[in-house]
Amino acid sequence: MNFTDNAFILVCAALVMFMTPGLALFYGGLVRSKNVLATIMQSFIMLGLMSVLWAVIGYTLSFGSDIGGLIGGLDFIFLKGVGMTNAGSPAENLPHLTFMIFQCMFAVITPALITGAFAERMKFGGFMIFSALWLILVYAPMCHWVWGGGWMGAMGALDFAGGAVVHMSSGAAALCCAILIGKRKGHGSTAFIPHNLPMTILGAAILWFGWFGFNAGSALAADGAAANAFVTTHMATAAAALSWIIAEWMHGGKATTLGAASGAVAGLVAITPAAGFVTPMWAIALGLGAGVICYGGIMLKNKFGYDDALDVVGIHGLGGTYGALATGLLATVNAEGLIAGNAHQLWVQFVSVVATWAFCFAMTFIIFKVVDATIGLRASDEEQDKGMDIAEHSETGYQW
Amino acid sequence: MKKIEIITRTFKLDEVKSALSAIGVKGMTVSEVKGFGRQGGHKEVYRGAEYQVDFVPKIKIEAVVEDDFAPEVVEAARKAAHTGEVGDGKIFVSTVDEVVRIRTGETGEEAI
Repeated sequence: MNFTDNAFILVCAALVMFMTPGLALFYGGLVRSKNVLATIMQSFIMLGLMSVLWAVIGYTLSFGSDIGGLIGGLDFIFLKGVGMTNAGSPAENLPHLTFMIFQCMFAVITPALITGAFAERMKFGGFMIFSALWLILVYAPMCHWVWGGGWMGAMGALDFAGGAVVHMSSGAAALCCAILIGKRKGHGSTAFIPHNLPMTILGAAILWFGWFGFNAGSALAADGAAANAFVTTHMATAAAALSWIIAEWMHGGKATTLGAASGAVAGLVAITPAAGFVTPMWAIALGLGAGVICYGGIMLKNKFGYDDALDVVGIHGLGGTYGALATGLLATVNAEGLIAGNAHQLWVQFVSVVATWAFCFAMTFIIFKVVDATIGLRASDEEQDKGMDIAEHSETGYQW
Repeated sequence: MKKIEIITRTFKLDEVKSALSAIGVKGMTVSEVKGFGRQGGHKEVYRGAEYQVDFVPKIKIEAVVEDDFAPEVVEAARKAAHTGEVGDGKIFVSTVDEVVRIRTGETGEEAI
């Protein structure tokens, strides 16, 4: 056990925790004022629901002893045997509890990311059940496949901090949910104008800050790989914020603050799988691509007609996919991608992308259909008119 | 008695208020309103999605004055609010039947 690593990862866990309220503000500012609380709640309450579920069952399904490469066993159910020493810990340098709580924060934010897709029209009760099932049936297997000793990691897929586990998985789920729940009432005729962009930009800044814990912490040690991940994360994000506003500027509009914030998040997403495997200069290149690609990605919903309200598919789905493939292309640090002469890595990344999208989309489809048929997920037109804050929570965000 | 309603650009509020106070208007009511006329609305773009915003924020200033005083007030307001560009707004003048000061019960011009 290494005390320095322990101190670092505990701080990183706290940083990752802070991303979820950051996401709540990021999303909260983008909706109309009558839905601000419901939207914030869908992220914030994940700190409650997912943390408890993680301790009870999620952690063991993700990191328990491997069963056929598909799922973890029940060794650590109710955190049994997860203690203050490194006994049984997947990271030998860390107390088992440290590793567990760091991973817990990832499980908290991932379902929260999906909520942008069905913002302004999801009933709260159904949403809670949906999210709980999603953690157990989608997140835990994905986490096990990539990091817990499952088949995807064994195949050699590179995912430093969760491009597949966190971003592609939530992006695929978001696409599925946006299609199944249908468009918001008034879509196409009502102007869905963000009610508080300063809130959104503050949220993006908190995400950027917390992401240092997310990516650098994923080195699972206070070492050089953590330093590399910290720097690549920052550089890719900076580059993506720039390239997004340049893209929208050249596309005939103006450079917008929302564009700068969205570009930054796109960069954070795209560098996530690559953070420990690319150099800072390649991270800038990766980020420049991310801003442009995700700017294009948010246009897809207009082309295909699904109402991904807050662009989870365009930013997390597409950004995560691009990041996973770019990792196979640009990896030269502690791994070898195409530019290091290893074409096979790109193929492995491609397989992991297809498998992640297929599994997460299909499983989300089943969960959504079951919860929709039993409890109900879509808010009625009247409820949407009133606003989800009043309809679902009996409160309003602003008194005037 | 006449009620004078001035609907104009929000940033002109202070100038109009000062102009009216200077010629002796003793009170006014101000509200933030939205509307459109020849200026129309404007375009806003969020993540590449364009929205036409029809209603533009304006300020509405209401004052009630004596009949003889009304033309002077209208002219002072018009000068203060004028920029010469489309969107300067409008001034409406209408007749007021009665005014009551709640505190004293005075009515008519006494109550203005």
